[in-house]
Amino acid sequence: MESKTLRFIRRGELVALDNVPPARTLLEVLREDLACTGTKEGCGEGDCGACTVVLGEVEGGALRYRAINSCIRLAHSVDGMALWTVEDLAAGDGTLHPAQEAMVRSHGSQCGFCTPGFVMSLFGMYQNHVCKGEAVTRELAQEELSGNLCRCTGYRPILEAAQEMAKLPAVRVNEKALRAQLAALRPAPDAGGYMRPASLASLLALRAAHPQAQVVAGCTDAGLWVTKMHMEFAQVLDVTAVEELRRVERFANHIAIGAAVTLEDAYGALAADRPQLKTFANRFAGLPVRNSGTLGGNVANGSPIGDSMPLLIALGSSIVLMSARGHREMPLEDFYTGYRKNVLAPDEVLAWIKVPLPRQDEFLRAYKISKRYDDDISAVCLVVNLALQDGVVAQAGIGAGGVAATPVRAVQAEAALRGKRWTADAAQAAAASLRAQFQPISDMRASAAYRSEVLGNLMQRFWLESQGVQGINLESITISEVSA
Amino acid sequence: MNMRDKEFNASTGGGPGGPADAGERNLAPGTDSPHAEADTGRAMGSSRPHESARAQVAGSAPYVDDIPEVKGTLHAAPILSSVAHGKLRGVDAAAALAMPGVRGVVLAADIPGDPMLATFVGDEPIFARDTVQHVGQVIGLVVADTVMQARRAARKVQPDISPLAPILSPRDAHAAKSYVLPPVTVRRGDADGALKQSVHTMTGHLEVGGQEHFYLEGQVAYALPLEQDQWWIHSSTQHPGEIQHWVAHALGLENNAVTVECRRMGGGFGGKETQAGHLAVWAALAARKFRRPVKLRLDRDDDFMITGKRHPFAYDYTVGYDGSGLVTALKLTMLANCGFSADLSGPVADRAIFHADNAYFLSDVEIVSYRCKTNTQSHTAFRGFGGPQGVIVIEAILGDIARRLGLDSLDVRLRNLYGVEDRNVTHYRMKVEDNILHPLIMQLERDARYRERRAEVAAWNAKGGVIRRGIAITPVKFGISFTATFFNQAGALVHVYTDGSVQVNHGGTEMGQGLNTKVAQIVADELGVPFERVRSTAADTSKVPNASATAASSGTDLNGRAAQFAARNVRDNLAAFVSGLDGCGAGAVSFAGGRVTTPKSTRSFDEVVKAAYANRIQLWSDGFYRTPKIHYDKATLTGRPFYYFAYGAACSEVAIDTLTGESRVLKVDILHDVGTSLNPAIDLGQIEGGFVQGMGWLTTEQLVWNDKGLLATHAPSTYKIPATGDIPAHFKVSFWHEANREDNVGGSKAVGEPPFMLAISVWEALRDAVSGARADGSAAGMPAPATAETVLRALR
Repeated sequence: MESKTLRFIRRGELVALDNVPPARTLLEVLREDLACTGTKEGCGEGDCGACTVVLGEVEGGALRYRAINSCIRLAHSVDGMALWTVEDLAAGDGTLHPAQEAMVRSHGSQCGFCTPGFVMSLFGMYQNHVCKGEAVTRELAQEELSGNLCRCTGYRPILEAAQEMAKLPAVRVNEKALRAQLAALRPAPDAGGYMRPASLASLLALRAAHPQAQVVAGCTDAGLWVTKMHMEFAQVLDVTAVEELRRVERFANHIAIGAAVTLEDAYGALAADRPQLKTFANRFAGLPVRNSGTLGGNVANGSPIGDSMPLLIALGSSIVLMSARGHREMPLEDFYTGYRKNVLAPDEVLAWIKVPLPRQDEFLRAYKISKRYDDDISAVCLVVNLALQDGVVAQAGIGAGGVAATPVRAVQAEAALRGKRWTADAAQAAAASLRAQFQPISDMRASAAYRSEVLGNLMQRFWLESQGVQGINLESITISEVSA
Repeated sequence: MNMRDKEFNASTGGGPGGPADAGERNLAPGTDSPHAEADTGRAMGSSRPHESARAQVAGSAPYVDDIPEVKGTLHAAPILSSVAHGKLRGVDAAAALAMPGVRGVVLAADIPGDPMLATFVGDEPIFARDTVQHVGQVIGLVVADTVMQARRAARKVQPDISPLAPILSPRDAHAAKSYVLPPVTVRRGDADGALKQSVHTMTGHLEVGGQEHFYLEGQVAYALPLEQDQWWIHSSTQHPGEIQHWVAHALGLENNAVTVECRRMGGGFGGKETQAGHLAVWAALAARKFRRPVKLRLDRDDDFMITGKRHPFAYDYTVGYDGSGLVTALKLTMLANCGFSADLSGPVADRAIFHADNAYFLSDVEIVSYRCKTNTQSHTAFRGFGGPQGVIVIEAILGDIARRLGLDSLDVRLRNLYGVEDRNVTHYRMKVEDNILHPLIMQLERDARYRERRAEVAAWNAKGGVIRRGIAITPVKFGISFTATFFNQAGALVHVYTDGSVQVNHGGTEMGQGLNTKVAQIVADELGVPFERVRSTAADTSKVPNASATAASSGTDLNGRAAQFAARNVRDNLAAFVSGLDGCGAGAVSFAGGRVTTPKSTRSFDEVVKAAYANRIQLWSDGFYRTPKIHYDKATLTGRPFYYFAYGAACSEVAIDTLTGESRVLKVDILHDVGTSLNPAIDLGQIEGGFVQGMGWLTTEQLVWNDKGLLATHAPSTYKIPATGDIPAHFKVSFWHEANREDNVGGSKAVGEPPFMLAISVWEALRDAVSGARADGSAAGMPAPATAETVLRALR
């Protein structure tokens, strides 16, 4: 099916491309159609960051910069945005951008193949932090670069470059001119192979009219269906431009996160209410994936090893499904009917995730066990949220991932705790209930026995943390505790 | 539109790192500079940025897949076996051939030359023919107009395979006497007798996993037909000469019909020594069949499934030792998992034998090495080339001896070190002449405050609690030279053009390690011209022929010296010419700072070059180098296989979580010996990068083959190399202060591989932490890699 013209702004100029198939990736367009080979393919699945580019969009009147993985991003999804690749940063006379110059001076490139991706992540940091006068600390650099892999340097010089770029002569994007250009890029009518409606009404109408179309959001998983499973979509319905679904709205007792809100923004909203989630949020993939992927996508995709669902289940979240016929709301865990199966009707979309605000008495911890600390998929994920009143469990929310065919609520452990005094024995009983309820599988990430053992051990950790025991998490062992 | 508004002002541009010192800086603030840079005006010894750095950060440094495609280029994708072992009865490609854009398939029957790859052993078919021998073995190619068309169609090809029983582990292979090469035994003294005499004995087993190279640039080759049955191959390879030989052999041509070029690789690490050859041969066969240029770029998952990895090893040993921890006897069996063919397994397993002593004198020793044939990818070169698999077992043994005796593991290690005057001959009869182990370890022990920290760790662990800590110092002594003596030769060409600019070409390849930068530094100093006047060009078999692989850490030692000699020849020509002009001896002519000086005059280099050209003086030359002193007997593995040793030691401190088995590296201090550094920044990068890569091998990088022989960890989503969050906040590297005691280029030492093994300190520290948490104080035979699950199991 013919797709509408794909248009974006690059190097201050309008790029307009016709006949781009719906499933073509942004990286293919860059490397093959535009012959811009500076951007590299390292893995084709958003795990190495060699393909990182930066997108610019106007949000709330200001430009938002997002570093994303171009290898799994469908090209049409950047329609109407500004795009920077590694070729676009140096000045006309060859003067390098601070993100580039700092990499040279810190000896941050060896083989150079991951370098364009790192440079673009650094450029994103430059726009989002340096240009706002915020310092790039080593911790920030580590967090924001965790989605970029380097096999040569051991990272130290790259982390250093991130901290050094602010000291170089400043370079600014002419945002005023760019905003004007973007404003002039009016969205084209939704016709053809790639549909990216701007309103909820339009989305629901298109969904009803094209029930066979592949619904996508950030494509951080669906992109792999293209690159790794070689699927070809005749028709794509992209929800990410729907204005109503791009918002986080606050209500008296809950926040409503639109299904098209990026993971980065959604976790930002969750961590704003519950700061203890910041570490967990940072460990959800790498920043380029969080910048593309959406919370709604993670939920609708329903992977048993997705990290959002155990958290949302523990928090008692519900979801709102919408169609042209109306809407329905349900607890998140009721959405799933089997491995990657859910209750969505052919004309329905996931619209909002409603997350209750924290109670005064809640004690919440989110645990993730993976081979690598950053940017890995959980072997086991356990989120425990207890409301404790006078030493009694008034309310218990426990979500688990990696232990069953779907993300699940640990109903047995919740039942074992509800109304009971919160004691070491109660925690032990809850651990036993967790192990009893779930029979995880063995795979390349972990054995069933390990998953089962750790599931209970995490409840033990939760108990210790609830008693104020310090220094029992590796991430809390700072270098200052280990004397110099 | 001007994309940005530039602001060059003092408030944003000043300070350290500002424009004032933009041209040259050693290391950015905040790092521990291993060498204070002396401004000698010389290129060697200065921290020149990588010669391609500015292009790399701008996205203008092309790799093979970035080369503009010649019109008519087709794309290939591999057809893979889905069975670990079986009879290949036929290949049904009908469904693939019916797909859009598909031009055809290439199978074994399409090979005009020898259907076997031209490897040393000759045991590996180019495409599987009668049998398939691992999941992922390449049966043929689909060729199509686009990459994705080829990849989609390749999945539609249906090989007809009747399964046979596979052998999937080295222990099963050993039990079945399934080997790719015969076993090798190295003996000294009387191990059995000495064991009987030993005060204590300990028997143990160890399993150490393999490692995927995970070069960021996957394997790729681009084959272009030229006139009169000649071929031009762009390959991402560490060994263009081998590619040339393999392609010619497969096409049934002489070597002179094939030219192979490689400007740079996006990482190699040994994974593009032989493995790149397969791709090049496949692409060339497709190009020949369709008479079109063909590019073959592997998808990352296919790259994992097809190419070999670091050899996994299994060990059985019995060691005798006394009450001080001195090893008095060792019997060691090594089982190398070689995969389905020999590839480089012979020399890899040999090097494991050569490094089973690491830094320690073994008096009575017997090492038996089996080269096990399994139905997995054919394992291959990987940074360290068997060295790490040798070093880790002796370090594990010494760590366990210390734990058994209740001694500090460093004391046990020191007790066993090679001596200077005595106890200085290796088990393969090479005298260790340049031993700096003891003073080097002593300096690290002091600088890292090892003893105090050891006490702090013990005190922490004594408190009990969820988090336990561990600390270890391990040394490395790594032999430098190819063990295949004939590889220790190199050639180079230095061209001086009439404007005084210089081009250098050599047989080495650039994979990120900074070889071209170092070689250009050497040439610049030899000619006395600024570094910026020297450019390096792509490795090219039509320039320097018969070059060895860029491997064995020897790239600079060999090619740097060859380039130095080439430059020296040109300089000698110029000196003779100038001495004639000034009536002085040629030895009185000096070249420095872009000037040529005699007792009578000073001229610019450019001026001299112009005048020399006008007088018909040769302004270019070749250079050739072969490493002196080395020799050894391949049958008994005795002699002097190495020109010299590179040394180092690392002190690592870790913490483990006893509830989950997760771990974290807290602090690392390294003291490493690079001789006189040619480029401190590049050497530092090799040390840090090698260490972190070694850390990955021993912690998070777990290769999991399932019971059908399928590699289940075949992408970065499941195979986890270290990321930014894995490196310790305290990561301090210092250089040993002494020049190479052997005559090596610029007094330097090779640096590519040795630091990799420093990461064994992390693994030993983890075992230390595990023993600190176990009631019996043992390390419970923890295998590598120490994933969270492995650590938790070891704690039980």
